[in-house]
Amino acid sequence: MAEMSAPVARFPAPTPPIRPEYLRDVVAGRDIGVVEKPLTVFQRLANQGWLRKSLILAVIAVVWEAYARHLNNPLLVPTFTATLEAFKAGIASGDIPQKVLNSVQLLLKGYAAGLSLALVLTALAMMFRLGNDLLETLTSAFNPLPAIALLPLALIWFGLGDTSIIFVLVHSVLWAVALNTHSGFRSVSNTLRMVGRNCGLRGISFITKILIPAAFPSILTGLKIGWAFAWRTLIAAELVFGVSSGKGGLGWYIYENKNMLDIPAVFAGLFTVILIGLIVENLIFRNIESATVRRWGMQS
Amino acid sequence: MSSDRTKADDDGRTPLLQVDGVTLQYKTEKHLITATYRVSFDVHRADRYVLLGPSGCGKSTLLKAVGGYMSPTEGSMQLKGVPVRGPGPDRMFVFQEFDQLLPWKTVKQNVMFALQASGKMRGKAAEAQAMRYIDKVNLSKFADAYPHTLSGGMKQRVAIARAMAMEPDILLMDEPFAALDALTRRKMQEELLQLWEDTRFTVLFVTHSIPEAVLIGNRILLLSPHPGQVKGELNSDGSDPIDRASGAKLSDRIHDILFADRIEEQEVKSHG
Repeated sequence: MAEMSAPVARFPAPTPPIRPEYLRDVVAGRDIGVVEKPLTVFQRLANQGWLRKSLILAVIAVVWEAYARHLNNPLLVPTFTATLEAFKAGIASGDIPQKVLNSVQLLLKGYAAGLSLALVLTALAMMFRLGNDLLETLTSAFNPLPAIALLPLALIWFGLGDTSIIFVLVHSVLWAVALNTHSGFRSVSNTLRMVGRNCGLRGISFITKILIPAAFPSILTGLKIGWAFAWRTLIAAELVFGVSSGKGGLGWYIYENKNMLDIPAVFAGLFTVILIGLIVENLIFRNIESATVRRWGMQS
Repeated sequence: MSSDRTKADDDGRTPLLQVDGVTLQYKTEKHLITATYRVSFDVHRADRYVLLGPSGCGKSTLLKAVGGYMSPTEGSMQLKGVPVRGPGPDRMFVFQEFDQLLPWKTVKQNVMFALQASGKMRGKAAEAQAMRYIDKVNLSKFADAYPHTLSGGMKQRVAIARAMAMEPDILLMDEPFAALDALTRRKMQEELLQLWEDTRFTVLFVTHSIPEAVLIGNRILLLSPHPGQVKGELNSDGSDPIDRASGAKLSDRIHDILFADRIEEQEVKSHG
């Protein structure tokens, strides 16, 4: 208080100059000229994500081709064109499509089973405190355990067959999805929860109508991670115990061709694995994203 | 007990909401906090009843208790003579936060959501009801827009439409305009009063702004902080009239009542 009441007048206190007032009429928008101007063709092309990414892939293919030609050893690194040839031959003979079908069928079964289990676990965790403890304990115990490490055990329990592979697939999907869904549920704002309860929602209807859509960004991340884990686990399982499912999938295709030293075909197998990954990410998940979380403004 | 109070009521009308000696307590990590201490008040049909007080007077907690989100440790709350138990669609909430709208639903779907989720209406009837109230808040053009494309004021108007479309016994508004800029707030206050002229709803309105309380309320409950206790209950007609006895404006009187202690405190501090 004392500081304010007695200003020391050693320097002249600065005062702003007094300027005349004025008012103006603004010019109407159309008279200014450019208010909105369409972008050039190049700018619009550069804004297309798929185009930029395709360019990256093309550059990688060119570098690969150049390096393989320089190395000139098809047993170590076949050229990009040789890989494409092998890929085409594999497609034409019906070998690759059949293997892809086997792998994807198995994968979808395991993925679906893993998702349903994850949903049940997280629903229990949201409704009961003990369910919450169960989920937290199980995820912290099993999430770090590589799914492939369970395969020997699965083979003893379920024998040589699809069931063993589905078992390890469920293990690889379940914990990643449950963990993400659960943390998504928990970060739903208190206001939204109160809105849901205000409308009389409780139990399962509260979960399906409020928590799941509100946590959808996290759930989608969980789905993506779960998909990648499952895909990796499947290929690895087939590489190691490929014949276990009788028909054999892509992993088995890679393994078989390695044994026959048909390296371009090995590369064609890997190429197929990558291609499917790209398609799932860029077609399926991207479209789900733009139809949901982006449309809702929950992700930019 | 409540029947005695009902009979004792001045004009013979039963209050819509009776809050009787309510003490509210909640726990934080380390403390048990008493938010309000033995607060009583009655809200009548078509009241614009304002809970006013500085931060820490437990006004928002009190509103949450009326909403059914917490139960009192002492006292009772009755809506139409029935004790309040748990949240329900007969008391619709409008919050301060903009994220009270479901981002995955359009304006129309948001309003319809409340109607459908509570089982009040379905299908075409819900849609017609939703559009009627969206029209009342002048958002018909934006019925199919998603919330993230709307301004703050528009989001609050949707929230108000959603609550009003339910035609609840009482609207509970928790500082609904506090996060808006001054010009929009002013406009929204006038719109709310206009809506009240149209439909004569009952609203319990929480605010910490004296001008807002004077403008919005017909009855103002003054609460003191730490813990919240009733300091008085005043009438308002929205025009901030001069009191004949004291010669002060209503808003100045409220300011004096609410902050009298604090000014004394400060004087003691500055002298000491």
